[in-house]
Amino acid sequence: MSGVHVSTTINGDAVEFVCNADEPLLDVLRNRLGMTGAKEGCGTGDCGACSVTVNGRLVCSCLVLGAEVQDAKVGTIEGMAKGDQLHPLQKNFISHAALQCGICTPGFLIAAKALLDKNPNPSEEEIRFGLAGNLCRCTGYDKIVRAVQATAKEMRGA
Amino acid sequence: MAEVHLWGALRPIVGGALSVSVEAKNIRELFKILAEQYPAFEPHLQRGIAVSINGKIYRDTWDQALPSDAEIYLLPRIPGG
Amino acid sequence: MPLDTNFTNQKFKQVGTRPLRPDGVDKVTGRAKYGADYNAPGQLIALVLRSPHAHAKIKKIDTSKAEKLPGVKAIITSADLPDLTAGDRGMRDMLENCMARKKVLYDGHAVAAVAAIDQTTARKALKLIQVDYEILPHVTDVDEALKPSAPVIHNDIFTEGVEPKPTKPSNNNKRASFGHGDIEQGFKDADIIVEHTYKTEQTHQGYIEPHACVANVSPDGQGELWVCTQGHFVYRNQCAALLGMDISKLRVTASEIGGGFGGKTHIWTEPLALALSRKANRPVKLTMSREEVFRCSGPTSSTSIDMKIGAKRDGTITAAHGVLRYHGGAFPATWAEFGAMTAFACYDLKNVKSESIEVIVNRPKTAAYRAPSAPMAAFAVESAIDELAKKIGMDAVELRIKNAAKQGTQSSYGPVYGPIGIGATLEAAKNHAHMKAPLGKNQGRGMACGFWFNFGGQTCCDINVTPDGTVTVAVGTIDVGGSRASIGLMAAEELGISYDNVRVVIADTSSLGHNDMTDGSRGTFSTGLATIAAARNAIKVLCARAAKMWDIPEDAVIWEDGHAKPAGTNAGNFPPLSIKEIAAAAGNTGGPIAGHNELVADGAGVSFATHICDIEVDPETGRSTVKRYTVIQDAGKAIHPSYVEGQYQGGAAQGIGWALNEEYIYGKDGRLQNAGFLDYRIPVCSDLPFIDTMILEIPNPNHPYGVRGVGETSIVPPLAAVANAMSNAVGIRLTHIPMSPPRVLKAISARKH
Repeated sequence: MSGVHVSTTINGDAVEFVCNADEPLLDVLRNRLGMTGAKEGCGTGDCGACSVTVNGRLVCSCLVLGAEVQDAKVGTIEGMAKGDQLHPLQKNFISHAALQCGICTPGFLIAAKALLDKNPNPSEEEIRFGLAGNLCRCTGYDKIVRAVQATAKEMRGA
Repeated sequence: MAEVHLWGALRPIVGGALSVSVEAKNIRELFKILAEQYPAFEPHLQRGIAVSINGKIYRDTWDQALPSDAEIYLLPRIPGG
Repeated sequence: MPLDTNFTNQKFKQVGTRPLRPDGVDKVTGRAKYGADYNAPGQLIALVLRSPHAHAKIKKIDTSKAEKLPGVKAIITSADLPDLTAGDRGMRDMLENCMARKKVLYDGHAVAAVAAIDQTTARKALKLIQVDYEILPHVTDVDEALKPSAPVIHNDIFTEGVEPKPTKPSNNNKRASFGHGDIEQGFKDADIIVEHTYKTEQTHQGYIEPHACVANVSPDGQGELWVCTQGHFVYRNQCAALLGMDISKLRVTASEIGGGFGGKTHIWTEPLALALSRKANRPVKLTMSREEVFRCSGPTSSTSIDMKIGAKRDGTITAAHGVLRYHGGAFPATWAEFGAMTAFACYDLKNVKSESIEVIVNRPKTAAYRAPSAPMAAFAVESAIDELAKKIGMDAVELRIKNAAKQGTQSSYGPVYGPIGIGATLEAAKNHAHMKAPLGKNQGRGMACGFWFNFGGQTCCDINVTPDGTVTVAVGTIDVGGSRASIGLMAAEELGISYDNVRVVIADTSSLGHNDMTDGSRGTFSTGLATIAAARNAIKVLCARAAKMWDIPEDAVIWEDGHAKPAGTNAGNFPPLSIKEIAAAAGNTGGPIAGHNELVADGAGVSFATHICDIEVDPETGRSTVKRYTVIQDAGKAIHPSYVEGQYQGGAAQGIGWALNEEYIYGKDGRLQNAGFLDYRIPVCSDLPFIDTMILEIPNPNHPYGVRGVGETSIVPPLAAVANAMSNAVGIRLTHIPMSPPRVLKAISARKH
């Protein structure tokens, strides 16, 4: 199979790669670019562990082809902190014990950020439905929702 | 002489009794005596047997003493998740 | 000196606080390395060929075409995994589960594996392997498998635990029983008897991270394995035994683990990756797909349970009898026995009997799942007790309080209880605001209790005091949900230093002695014990060094608040020496300062919980939603309360999923029909409410801080708590889990007609 050459922007950096035509963006990120923050929990778009943004839109990177991100802006968990400053969501996930095993955490953070970008003052129900595409098997979601609520409040106040 | 209570799966190998009397100073000796007296005990021991002495469950401390007046139960060695 | 494990009721400075977990930043930035996040230079990609049949003879496997495909570096079948198990049935079953030998025993059973230069090539190679099967009749249902007409899966299995020994093989590998008293007399004495058969369907642990490993075996017999596991030492021992390697030559490094809940206490594809690497002489990466996780890694048993409980009109239970049938998948197991042990453990019963029947079916090997076997038994017992309360006209909590086990009660599994917390959780439930909150239309409230044993096991810990006086703690139990924080707290507490000056790491198998797995709620309990003991040993060395620095006898030095101090004025008048000062001088007082400990942590305290659930049922669709949920559980002592709450909430959520939605669905062809998260639906964020928690602390007398395990008990009550809420919401008693919308709707319409 001959490769597809792709020029794109990931977390603000210009990136070029060659991938197979049928290769998911998740595999490109993890296997070609060494960005293993996005996780593969299912490969079928059901668990959200591979969540990234493409041109600001929340997607499962296992359902997007690498070839589709030509000239796009991709956002991954590796770009969430600014230098040594964690994003408020990242800080609150730690302080609220919103992760146990942590495998779903990058996906949840990306999804929660996409939610707060669109809706800075979500209700509990809006948070729960906004995060319903991400599976967590450890926490029962309680502390995740609380961490997002705390972040929303903090960011509105800031 | 300690009275050692058996759970259901062990009773057939001692002829159906609910318990057996064994003179043993600790868990190691108890297992040794049971294996000598009842050859069918061995596979159960291989799979794992825990010993409850006065309500405290021992899985690995075979040096644990068996006081003669103690309440002793043999139990399956449980797994965890 | 062995650690005195007796509860000391000491006052804590750090234990019980909520510091940030040390692995937090790595996990929120995507830097933490899980099973599939590691790659070795020059690695091959491995895939496994799996049986499409539930039960078949393997007549022939032809790999010749696949071997000729460019880029294929190794192919293995059972012929590459000779049986070295020397009559050990458990190990032989483990080997056979990793790779089918003469027969495939379930849909998804591995028959061959390929290592190739990339995934595409490996996938092509799988298609070129030809397997000639002779299809055999199969059975996947736990009750069907016991019928005389059922196909016998193993012709060398004769029911154990019955006299005389059966002469014919069957799918029932073992029977056992527990209990005391005279149940026949007890039922005669009863005014009211409740009797039903309950069924629960098979569920999966559903961890989000599929199994993954990278194996690297050299021709000199040395090997490395990177793997997500709940027990890297156990994986090492088992893989080495199955592959004929020296245990010391196989070094296993545990990745961060993306959930396990028991499913990562068993080896699955790891021996295949090692065998492929050995054959190809290259590193091999093997990652399961989600479909493979469902089809061929450890779900729990489906069950069928006959339950009979009798009571006097005043609510005194006079007799209880259960017959529990659990399957172990395609291999002999003892899951029903554990169900039978736990079933009636919450109650003080004069006459009780629980009987277990182990069943073999054509499904994947059953693995441990959080408090293995207890939730299903509790579903049957707690449903029956709720119904008993209704028939008597007594409050469900009061009936349970009246019959609750207490210190001195003979447990249903034999021994007499020490101090236990079932009564306290019930009293807390009775007085909880949740119990008094109003309910809306189509809503109902239920409650239920649960029990789990917890255990300890082999454990060790190395504490090293570094030259600047900060401390590293190396442990051998995997951190599945924040235990590094708890271990760090205990080390800091003992040493009298700041939590921030302790770094806890999970050591690889060549750096520490054998450790049992993180299972049985043992992580914080047993590694905590080893850490406390290691810290106390380090303190002895620190005191000895201070004695040298002061030139006074060792026993004239005491340790307080992170400082060595003269024991009294007679010992001399010296200002306290900090750990930093002693560490800085270590090079000239005898070298590095460390404390070690190896122990078997027996004496884990049993644990009890009571859950309260409010549910709303849509009578038009049968869909139900949990509106409010409260977990009350005895922790003994909560070292880091946030992560104790997390265990309570997570277990409850898994139990709610089990109660309402999750189930393995097999077709008539014996194949799993819902091997994915779309069709096997675990609870999502919008399915659940906040889960309130209440931590009770009834100290475990066998731990210096009073710690009991907390990880598992929380999954035991939910099945029944939800079922009891359902019964109160719509007036129907559902005896089949999960109570999915079609089952609920069917029950509602059956009642109408």
